[in-house]
Amino acid sequence: MPVIRDELMQVRASDDIVRVRQMVRALAVELGFGLVDQTKIVTAASELARNTLDYGLGGTTLVEVLEENSRIGLRITFEDNGPGIADINLAMTDGYTSGGGLGLGLSGAKRLSNEFTIESRVGEGTRIAITRWKGR
Amino acid sequence: MERIPILKMGRYLLVTVQVDMHDRLAMTLQDDLTNQIVEHKARAVLIDISTLEIVDSFIGRMLANIAAMSRVLDAMTVVVGMQPSVAITLVELGLSLKGVYTALNVEKGMEFLTTSLSGEDGADAGNTG
Repeated sequence: MPVIRDELMQVRASDDIVRVRQMVRALAVELGFGLVDQTKIVTAASELARNTLDYGLGGTTLVEVLEENSRIGLRITFEDNGPGIADINLAMTDGYTSGGGLGLGLSGAKRLSNEFTIESRVGEGTRIAITRWKGR
Repeated sequence: MERIPILKMGRYLLVTVQVDMHDRLAMTLQDDLTNQIVEHKARAVLIDISTLEIVDSFIGRMLANIAAMSRVLDAMTVVVGMQPSVAITLVELGLSLKGVYTALNVEKGMEFLTTSLSGEDGADAGNTG
């Protein structure tokens, strides 16, 4: 899938979550996403960036602009070298949390995205990618 | 330290969230509001979120916490001005803000609080008694 632009950001502190939100918002606006689509992808990115920080002990966020069959999308990949997730199905369950959160981050981010992938190895880290296509 | 200002008006506390809140700022607001409810013997808190472009689970939890904490301190909380796109996203995220009173705008929110607190001495906005 052709990537026509990308931006890599570090997620090391809570201010970085705000920066991720602002970057995703700016790109979504620039690409002409509708307001609801913008809000959904920014909210999903905020959830996952916070997970990178709180559970992954920091990592990176890669924001990519995709173009495929004349449609435009935003893919955001969150990567950390943290402890990893032992039971992904459990982690994806609404209301389940291993920390102090509400347990909506992963499941909620999936619902707010058109595509969602998660890979994790215990002791190595986690990679989560979400994509939202314009106007769908 | 960066803080969100809290305005006191009679027995009401008014907060307008006008920035993209980072998590620490949200926690500080929660603590400040709880302290000020006690300090000013406030009966109600009105939080205007009309300029907030997103409410994620962290901010949602903060709003629910403020509502719960004010309730046990004998004050009501109403959250006003949520943008439609934020409401759609919040529900899809899985948050329904159970236990949090909401109103469409500041005016409706004040009406709701005034009605709810009517009959109580000195509960009206502007009355500092």
